[in-house]
Amino acid sequence: MNASDQRAFVKFDKIDKSYDGEVLVVKNLNLDIEKGEFVTMLGPSGSGKTTTLMMLAGFETPTNGEIFLENKPISKIPPYEREIGMVFQNYALFPHMTVQENLSFPLEVRKNSKSETQEKVKKALDMVELGEFGSRFPAQLSGGQQQRVALARALVFEPRLVLMDEPLGALDKNLREQMQYEIKHIHERIGITVVYVTHDQSEALTMSNRIAVFNDGVVQQLSTPDILYEKPENSFVAEFIGENNTMLGTLKKDDGDYCEVEIEGAGIVKAKKINVGSVGEKTKLSVRPERVMINSQKDHNSFEGVVEELIYLGDHIRARLSVCNNNDFIVKMPNEGNIVLKEKSKIKVSWDPSDIRALDYN
Amino acid sequence: MEVTISATNEILTTDGIPLKVSLKKAERKNKIRAFLLVFPLLLFIIVTFVVPIGDMLLRSVDDSQINTVFPKTFEEYKKWDRQDLPPEEVYKSIFFELAEGEGIQIGKALTRMNYSKSGWKSLIKKTKRKIKKIVKSGDLPTSYKDTMIEIHKGWGDPSFWVSMSQMTDERTLIYYWNAIDRTYDIDGNVIMQDEKRRMYIKTWIRTLKVSVYVTFFCLILGFPVAHLLANLPLRYSNLLMIFVLLPFWTSLLVRTTAWIVMLQQKGVINGVLVWLGIINDDQRIQMVYNMTGTIIAMTQILLPFMILPLYSVMKVIPKSHMRAAQNLGAKPVKAFIRVYLPQTVPGMSAGGLLVFVLAIGYFITPELVGGKDGQLIGHWIAYHLKTTLNWGLCSAIGSILLAVMLVLYWLYNKIVGIDNIKLG
Repeated sequence: MNASDQRAFVKFDKIDKSYDGEVLVVKNLNLDIEKGEFVTMLGPSGSGKTTTLMMLAGFETPTNGEIFLENKPISKIPPYEREIGMVFQNYALFPHMTVQENLSFPLEVRKNSKSETQEKVKKALDMVELGEFGSRFPAQLSGGQQQRVALARALVFEPRLVLMDEPLGALDKNLREQMQYEIKHIHERIGITVVYVTHDQSEALTMSNRIAVFNDGVVQQLSTPDILYEKPENSFVAEFIGENNTMLGTLKKDDGDYCEVEIEGAGIVKAKKINVGSVGEKTKLSVRPERVMINSQKDHNSFEGVVEELIYLGDHIRARLSVCNNNDFIVKMPNEGNIVLKEKSKIKVSWDPSDIRALDYN
Repeated sequence: MEVTISATNEILTTDGIPLKVSLKKAERKNKIRAFLLVFPLLLFIIVTFVVPIGDMLLRSVDDSQINTVFPKTFEEYKKWDRQDLPPEEVYKSIFFELAEGEGIQIGKALTRMNYSKSGWKSLIKKTKRKIKKIVKSGDLPTSYKDTMIEIHKGWGDPSFWVSMSQMTDERTLIYYWNAIDRTYDIDGNVIMQDEKRRMYIKTWIRTLKVSVYVTFFCLILGFPVAHLLANLPLRYSNLLMIFVLLPFWTSLLVRTTAWIVMLQQKGVINGVLVWLGIINDDQRIQMVYNMTGTIIAMTQILLPFMILPLYSVMKVIPKSHMRAAQNLGAKPVKAFIRVYLPQTVPGMSAGGLLVFVLAIGYFITPELVGGKDGQLIGHWIAYHLKTTLNWGLCSAIGSILLAVMLVLYWLYNKIVGIDNIKLG
């Protein structure tokens, strides 16, 4: 990792957090965020991602460890002196203030001059394309507009860093996608560091430079979206990100980069060795649906399957097969006009050894 | 879809009936049902609320009873030029009206006459018996005026006659003037009451003062409790809510009596203070039978009426608001004042209005705990209702109370807006 003299912009150093002294909601968190990065904390609810964000914002104190911002420990700095902007889950716009007053609030408490305040508010409103809505109250705006006001408010005082806690959770699907791009573009334009929390993996994949996948208080994997999807390091990440077919087996042979895994009643699978124990231990195999080939002539990693269900999705066809004791095995086939599968028919499936990953059995 | 439109630009239904007519027809049944559901309550409110209040308002200006007792006299009286004494005709009318009038009605009229000038009652009572005797004997006098003055020299006192001018109208404002320590002089001008009889303005001011204090203390004490209630985990807040509501389940009298036990000079609080050596035995604090006692007991009793509206407002203020304010750079105190407090205004004003309106008309507690200088205006309403039977004055005080409340509601609506009221 980084040498001690060139620390990251934000550094979580051995952070533990417990609310009741019995359960750790965050365990030994070490996370570095570079300046200008868009980092997403992704995980199911209760995985500790929001707690981590709240510690960074200053609303929770770490039970152990220290958070550094620009090389300075910030645990003892109260939230109002951290200069960190935040977009809350339900926006937390102040209902008794107009949009303009909401935006000038952070500038007012910083004792900015009136003209400076006005100028910055106008700039921020223009940035989110709400220039004409300054005199409205939050209740008079739509969900998407409120969202953009919240974003503008978090940016208007030029914070060192912006945190976003599931900011799009309350929007409907179309608007959510539109806002994802908008936030991404604003980030690219002004180059601010963003720490984003979500449980929606497609949102994380769309927006982030890097994603930290949280589960059970631990960062399972921290990498760029493509690596996260294509090279998951453990079965949680493999299952949480994207669609995934898993098969349980026992490790038979270790060939260095590859390994052989026996699936009971089906045979031997050759797979990429990622995260397995020693020979004889159980392992979980993971292959993406789009990497599975149908009826190809291969001699290894080729198995017989039964078509359980076919779902027509226009551009592709989704087949649920039963393969290697897994009757929830999904295959995606692009619709090229030549698919003649029938339900209950038998087909051959196969995959490349480099596309199937042997992961931990949990 | 095709929409049929008639010549007059009305949208028509498929059958050609105007849409509005059709809608009205379809809705009629619902309307009738809604009305029938509300009707019993409406009737109940009219009978038990609107009618009595209307009656009270009428009574506060009503002077018709006396006009039914002395109609002829008043008619003659109006012709008098107000010089010296009234003409013979007036004396004659009142002579016969006293002789032939119904005892009870005359009695009521006398009470009314005494409000305008004390002495009327005894004057007429003393005269009436003799007049009846004269009428019975059939030996009618030649000059009624002289005879009556002979019976009682009061009849020769012009001030009695002048005061009658206040009674000849069927409507009077005398009760309202009385309710604020004023009365008419013999010329019909409004003047202050005698020094000894001035007690209403004092009581009004005290009532307002106590109500303001009680509202203020309820707000000061209730705000933190409501805040705690709204922010504690459900398990604890439910328990706390029971404590808040406990007073509602205890008789008002019991609670008031308990306060007397607590606050009196030989009571619990003084006892503890003496025992702790904070005060000497001869320095026991007078906390009951005065305004202090009234304020303490009423604050406790009215506190839930402040807490509940505040609680319901605070409950829906998201916790993230305070966090957002701090995140934006406001220190906790500033965040509280700028962000939290303004959002509790509907609760504060609803609670304040409720407590104030209840306090201004409070009776039992100040009556028991208040002693002589802790009594509120309700005391005089009860006093005139039960003891003096001066229902006119009673109604006037009640009407003023009603007017004060309406003014408050009006102000509230102007400042906060009545649709912002939140009571739970």
